[in-house]
Amino acid sequence: MADEVLRVEGLHKHYGPLHVLRGIDLTVRRGEAVVILGASGSGKSTLLRCLNFLEMPGAGRIHLEGRLVGREARDGRIRYPNRELSALRMRVGMVFQQFNLFPHMTAERNVMIGPMKLRGLSEAEARRVAAANLEKVGILEKARSYPAQLSGGQQQRVAIARALAMEPSMMLFDEVTSALDPELVGEVLLAMRQLREDGMTMLIVTHELGFAYNVADRVVFMEHGVIHEEGTPQQVLLNPQRPRTRDFLRSHTLFRLPEQMHDDPPGPFALTTREQG
Amino acid sequence: MHEWDFAFLIDQRHFILQGLLGTLRLAVVSLVAGTVIGLVGATARLSGSAILRAVGTGYVEFFRNIPVLVQIFWLYFSIPILTGVQPNAYAAAAIATSLYAGAYLTEVFRSGIASIEKGQWDGARAVGFGHGMTMRYVVLPQAFRRVLPAFTNQVLEIVKTTSVASTIAYAELLYSAKLLSEQEFRPIEAYTAVGAAFILVLLPTSAIAGMMERRLARHG
Ligand SMILES: Nc1ncnc2c1ncn2[C@@H]1O[C@H](COP(=O)(O)OP(=O)(O)OP(=O)(O)O)[C@@H](O)[C@H]1O
Ligand SMILES: [Mg+2]
Repeated sequence: MADEVLRVEGLHKHYGPLHVLRGIDLTVRRGEAVVILGASGSGKSTLLRCLNFLEMPGAGRIHLEGRLVGREARDGRIRYPNRELSALRMRVGMVFQQFNLFPHMTAERNVMIGPMKLRGLSEAEARRVAAANLEKVGILEKARSYPAQLSGGQQQRVAIARALAMEPSMMLFDEVTSALDPELVGEVLLAMRQLREDGMTMLIVTHELGFAYNVADRVVFMEHGVIHEEGTPQQVLLNPQRPRTRDFLRSHTLFRLPEQMHDDPPGPFALTTREQG
Repeated sequence: MHEWDFAFLIDQRHFILQGLLGTLRLAVVSLVAGTVIGLVGATARLSGSAILRAVGTGYVEFFRNIPVLVQIFWLYFSIPILTGVQPNAYAAAAIATSLYAGAYLTEVFRSGIASIEKGQWDGARAVGFGHGMTMRYVVLPQAFRRVLPAFTNQVLEIVKTTSVASTIAYAELLYSAKLLSEQEFRPIEAYTAVGAAFILVLLPTSAIAGMMERRLARHG
């Protein structure tokens, strides 16, 4: 289908004897924000890393914008040539829990380097692209700062701008607020909500249930390397059908403020609420 | 009590200067060659190919565990017997010190590259950089900062190592001083002068390296 940005079919991944992804089927349509929930070790990061080929997937197929990634060999397995993968990573942006900014470059340089070296932009053009994207995440005034001079929330927004500057067709977010002090989480979530409103296609791993409830079009619950339950935020977060999903949500909402307990939903999932797993 | 007299050094300054030039020539050649070998060696030792890794490790262990003096003697005295070709003293010394420097620099560069966090590779690859670009724009610039102190150490070590070339009569500082002391019967002054010449060359080197370190330390 034309408006499918990502389609994953039967994706598996082994680490030695460990079978981490055990047949993932997932579709993300253009402009959609999909949140992935799941306990630690359920394979969320592995899934995202396979989608960006930071890890080589095992069996299964990945289609990006309607085209199969890789070449199918005679034996039915897919081969992934290196050159294709670099090109593909430009089209799928990724933001990490630990930011992974380049510490020897200013915020602006961090954003400029990809467009200059890979998209062939001149220094001046790249600087304009960097300014536009830093502005989008509200951090243009820090363009000349080095990562070490920025707070975690500011660094993470620079990392988002760096990914955006490659003009990806979709963005992957892997627990991008988990390493942040609580008071810095909001600014990053707000930037992500803005992105969603601008129509960016996003696949987001997070433990921020409030964000999932308010921003996601769809919530996917992963358990032991498979998608265990999937639906709208209302369905999955407020009316989960499977016991595992219920246990997970209960452990994430054990402690709430009094007014949240008396509120009807979506009270427990207010955007700024931070739940600890 | 010894009566110090450095006066003859002024008359014979061309001796010391020639020796200094000989030392510098050998030092520069082995530093440049050693750095190139070190980069190649580090790449091999960190490569995905088991064969390249084994070759890199074998090279390092071989040249790191044989005294450089033995290597020089071997090149200078054994090669002619085996091949009938007599390398000149400069060539034998340059090859031996380069291979020796390369082995140590391989380890310096390898440890620097390996110290760069996995997250930097992830970040660079997620932007779309392949292996070469990740190395060039992300890993090597950071690794360079980290290994600068160890690299400086190695540079000083290599410059001093060139003095072993005196044993095969290559005219560097120590050899010149030896000739001079025999000619003038003043070994104490001659060898003191050699020590002073080394200090004069090496102190500025470490000072420059220290300045670079402080400049680079300002960021990440
Ligand atoms: N490079 C690797 N080598 C071996 N095992 C790995 C590797 N990466 C992940 N694993 C294992 O795969 C399983 C899934 O890990 P993954 O990081 O995908 O989980 P996750 O859902 O992201 O967990 P978390 O919420 O803690 O981030 C875990 O058991 C983990 O130990
Ligand atoms: Mg994870």
